[in-house]
Amino acid sequence: MSDLVTLTIDGTELSVPKGTRVADAAKSVGIDIPVFCHHPKLEPVGACRMCLVEIGMPMRDRATGEPMLNEDGSPKINFGRGLQTSCTAVVGEGMVVHTDTEAVTDVRGTLLEFQLVNHPLDCPICDKGGECPLQNLVMDHGKMESRVYFEDKRRSDKHVSLGDLIFLDRERCIQCARCIRFQDEVADDRVLQFHNRGVNLEIVTMSDPGFDSYWSGNTTDICPVGALTTADFRFGARPWEMTPSASICSQCAVGCNMTVNTRREARSGGKPVIKRILPRQNEAVNELWLCDKGRFTHDYVASPERLTSPMMRKDGELVAVSWDEALNAAAEGLQAASSVAGLAGQRLSNEDYFMLQKLFRKGLKSGNLDVNNRQIGGGDVVAQVGIAAGSDLQQLGKGDAILVVASDLHEEAPLWWLRVKQAADRGAALVVINGRSTRLSSHATHNLQADSGDIVATVRQLVSMAKVETDGTGALDAAAETLITANNLVAFYGYEGLSYEETESLAKALANLLLIQMDGEPHVGRMNNGLIPVWPYANTQGAWDMGIHPALLPSYKAAKMTGMDAVAMFAGAADGSLDALYVVGADPIGDGWMADRGKLGLLIVQELFMTKTAVTADIIFPAQSWAERDGTFTNGERRVQRYYPAIRPAGDSRPDWQILSQLGERVGAGKAETVTSLVFRSLTKAARQYKGMDYRSLGQVEAQWPVVGGDDRYYGGNAFANTAGLGKQWAAVAESKAVKQFEMDDAVSSREDGLLLINAASLYTAGTLIDKSAVLAPRMAKITLTINPVDATAYEDGDTLMVRTDRVTVQATAVVSDDVMVGTAVLRGVKAMNGTAVARLSKIKE
Amino acid sequence: MGHILLRHRDEGLENLHQLDVYRANGGYDALKKVLDEYSKDEVITIIRDSNLRGRGGAGFPAGLKWGFIPKVDGDKYVVINTDESETGTFKDRELVERNPHQVIEGALIAAYAIGAKQIYNYFRGEFMSAAFNFEEALQECYAAGLIGENIMGSDFSCDFSCHYGAGAYICGEETALLNSLQGDLGQPWSKPPFPAVEGLYSKPTVVNNTETLANVPPIIMNGADWYKSMGTERSAGIKIVCLSGHINKPGNYEVEMGTSYRDILFDEKYGGGIPNGKKFKALLPSGGSGPVIVDDALDAPMTYEGLTEHGSVMGSASLIVMDETVDMVWAAMKMIHFFRHESCGKCTPCREGVFWMKIVIDRIYNGIGTEKDIKTLESVANQIQGNTLCALGEFAINPALATIRHFPEEYRAKIK
Repeated sequence: MSDLVTLTIDGTELSVPKGTRVADAAKSVGIDIPVFCHHPKLEPVGACRMCLVEIGMPMRDRATGEPMLNEDGSPKINFGRGLQTSCTAVVGEGMVVHTDTEAVTDVRGTLLEFQLVNHPLDCPICDKGGECPLQNLVMDHGKMESRVYFEDKRRSDKHVSLGDLIFLDRERCIQCARCIRFQDEVADDRVLQFHNRGVNLEIVTMSDPGFDSYWSGNTTDICPVGALTTADFRFGARPWEMTPSASICSQCAVGCNMTVNTRREARSGGKPVIKRILPRQNEAVNELWLCDKGRFTHDYVASPERLTSPMMRKDGELVAVSWDEALNAAAEGLQAASSVAGLAGQRLSNEDYFMLQKLFRKGLKSGNLDVNNRQIGGGDVVAQVGIAAGSDLQQLGKGDAILVVASDLHEEAPLWWLRVKQAADRGAALVVINGRSTRLSSHATHNLQADSGDIVATVRQLVSMAKVETDGTGALDAAAETLITANNLVAFYGYEGLSYEETESLAKALANLLLIQMDGEPHVGRMNNGLIPVWPYANTQGAWDMGIHPALLPSYKAAKMTGMDAVAMFAGAADGSLDALYVVGADPIGDGWMADRGKLGLLIVQELFMTKTAVTADIIFPAQSWAERDGTFTNGERRVQRYYPAIRPAGDSRPDWQILSQLGERVGAGKAETVTSLVFRSLTKAARQYKGMDYRSLGQVEAQWPVVGGDDRYYGGNAFANTAGLGKQWAAVAESKAVKQFEMDDAVSSREDGLLLINAASLYTAGTLIDKSAVLAPRMAKITLTINPVDATAYEDGDTLMVRTDRVTVQATAVVSDDVMVGTAVLRGVKAMNGTAVARLSKIKE
Repeated sequence: MGHILLRHRDEGLENLHQLDVYRANGGYDALKKVLDEYSKDEVITIIRDSNLRGRGGAGFPAGLKWGFIPKVDGDKYVVINTDESETGTFKDRELVERNPHQVIEGALIAAYAIGAKQIYNYFRGEFMSAAFNFEEALQECYAAGLIGENIMGSDFSCDFSCHYGAGAYICGEETALLNSLQGDLGQPWSKPPFPAVEGLYSKPTVVNNTETLANVPPIIMNGADWYKSMGTERSAGIKIVCLSGHINKPGNYEVEMGTSYRDILFDEKYGGGIPNGKKFKALLPSGGSGPVIVDDALDAPMTYEGLTEHGSVMGSASLIVMDETVDMVWAAMKMIHFFRHESCGKCTPCREGVFWMKIVIDRIYNGIGTEKDIKTLESVANQIQGNTLCALGEFAINPALATIRHFPEEYRAKIK
């Protein structure tokens, strides 16, 4: 049986997949049926009635079942009584739909008149004015005169705080329930609900703190009126005053596509400032959504604390100097140094990384390069068996499987959590392996909790079970069976509670699982199959690809000599064996990796802010933020994505790649580059995985469903249509040739005796950038230590504890709960801790 | 002849709510007969042949409804609608209070017929005392093996529980009732899906009115033909009529379908006429939800179709009688206030439209309205019609439209 259904809408014949709703079918051929409550990513409810149309089905003779025909041989169509909601009606074979008859036109006017009965008509001061579906539809279909006396309108609260991030204007709300349904169906945070009934039906939040969800900003996008507004944008600007710039989120490895809205303002001397950030549609990455961290973290860009001029230490003081002076001094200093090393953060662009490695390897002849906080390994494994190009988690469903190991996706990569959960909702089997329960556990088909020291061993056992037909009946057997027999299999791996070495073993073990041939085909090298690393930062992938690694050159080629890694650099700085350290976009002192600059002869820092590391530096280069420049990030699915400049640079700052390139020219690394796109062209020659990509191809788009943007905004919400590029995934090795099983070392799991401390990610963990967000400030993660009651005999809930490990000392509030296993303590809200450690606790007396 | 539904009114059956009395008088024989003699399909066929239609007001054939339930294994539910919230309706309350076992027996037969293992009775929240009586009856049945595992020693097992609403008219609408029952907001959903396919907890569900189910045991015992011998061809059997308002003998009456409204109002067997020698003015044949009728319609038979040509409906047969003293604009206003209060707010036309009608009729009643307001009232009502998600919105317009139609002069007398 065909999966397509053919119907006619206003004389246009079209074929759409079975189960499509009439309103969506019409939209797919460009016939606009107005809607308020219907959203293509939500289950239809038919509440607003705006989409009423005439729907007819071919009549059949009851006795014979034969179609009945008119005299002219055309099928007889029964339009039934009255109009039907096209958002709820499912297409049928031979269906005839009229959206342009008098009855339909009339009812649109009627319903808009009803929508305005209690509407305050405060469009002139409404944030939505100018991009408001209600306003637009009234202009198209509405009656221009009101029959309701203004004083008869229901009055209600206009400034209701639904938590710190979102405000509700109850007079503007049209009770479409898009926000409630989004929270229920998409976000799975059921924190909004209707209260009361009739005209008094109102949105309330059921959580404490109010609207407690990482997804709250999305409800303001899909709200079809000005009822929901974000705390950062409300009363801030009119939509038509703003300029959109395409961008990529720099907050995690998902790489959400977004649009930065800017406006010129007096407070910035007439320069554009960021007013708000909205999602930009990329169905293969973030669909129409953004998490609140990505949406609200932009304040740092406009912070008055930004570094705006190069600085040098003179007579013990850091003073502003010219670029030439700083660059010359840096070049001389680096060349004169007995040893040099480069340390990079993991949010830089591919172009930045490429120029950094060129500066070091070609200019300074040094392979001492590493990222600041190497928590998770396996980049080389990902290059072999990473998820195949063209994959889209949205396509996973019944018959497919997803494995998530040692990661709390909800906290680390929210959009992946959302998409994995939705795949599970669609019927994909989900296997979760972690040392504790996470938000994903409740959606799991098999939730396998293992002591963090046993996670790698558990996965290896799972892989060996998957290799042979077992008749075991344990949970692990069942999970292995589910995974290996899946049509498509995607495996995510993270680093929660694991040492770096363990994550490397984990990556290999998972690769071996994916490489098992099932009916002659492994789960690699084809769409919707392969490995996804849950990198801790937005461009950890790019750092791997560009050779920011002591042992790997760009293209994952082994370096002839292995350089110093970050740990060696920190040690070298402390004991004096390292002379000069160049830090780009990282704060090793602030993060606790280095106590101080130690015995370094030269410390150069390239930064946005005067970090704890920068304060001790000899030379400081002010870098541009991601919003001030262009570049590319490569996400955890190896999708190379372009972002564009949105605002003018702060002060005299320059893009990282330019600083590195200008410095490189001074130390013999070749002529300085002048344009980002040309840096990208150069890097594609060195990183052969990027071969064939250029800024033009990364900027290409194709049609996506649902249709958003432009006049269709009421449909998908305020999300911007993507006109600036969907990015391109680079092909893993397995896509062109067979990959062999990885050799595994003997399992080593070293855990010292004592209370094992696991650092669990929290989305809103303090950091240099997020700390500047005024909106998120009240939501920042508190530092807590969760301990099993068995281990907490001396402590109670709410006690203030001093937590000491070999490297960090933090103060945390105790949470006593059997969510964590005995012998394990889960620390939240702390960034600078990775791997595993043993904790010593003491209670601080009040 | 004794009563069929209101049997507790018959002599010697005052304590019919007690299980032993009910059983001593033929109670649960129908269930026994069904379990012993009939297949599921045979039960559905009998009910279908009897022409029993829904007594909540919509008149959907009960056997057809049962027949829609998919004949596959899995969870299914029977839900009794005792949300009885229509103005002037109080028939289900008397049944659950005084003759609960007949409702229980009917529901068990329905559960057997569709393969349900769980029955819920959804009570209007205000029926607390009636519901407690009903729960006592359930406990008696559990103790006697009439509910629970292997009922009457058969393979049929079924549980039975009660749920109390929180006072919402809309929860009498079956999908709103189901939403409320499963703990969600009491708002209807857009059908399809129909409850027979995706009802309670998304499982096939039959929702029947209390009175409908009370008819089932006597039909099983006496046969479909017996039931059809009463009433008219399309409206078979008997109906409980709730009489209230300006009437000498208010209360519930078991009336054969097809009896004329005039007889019900004036016959000494039933209403016994208008008190204090006043003249009859208008009748609400179906509580607040049905359009008002006047004298010219009183000779129509009380059937599902009898009032069609008079622009009204039988509905749940809650007859509210109004004598010549009643101000019809006031009456319409009271009903509009009711519907404005009870609109769930889910769909726009009902939420906004009924609110708007209330503003306009208030203005007219208070003497500050104009001719234009009467036109607005009528046009808003017409704009709601046909565009709402459920029937409540359709009901809400009736008080306005029918009173404007029959008593235009009363409206005109009120305007400036």
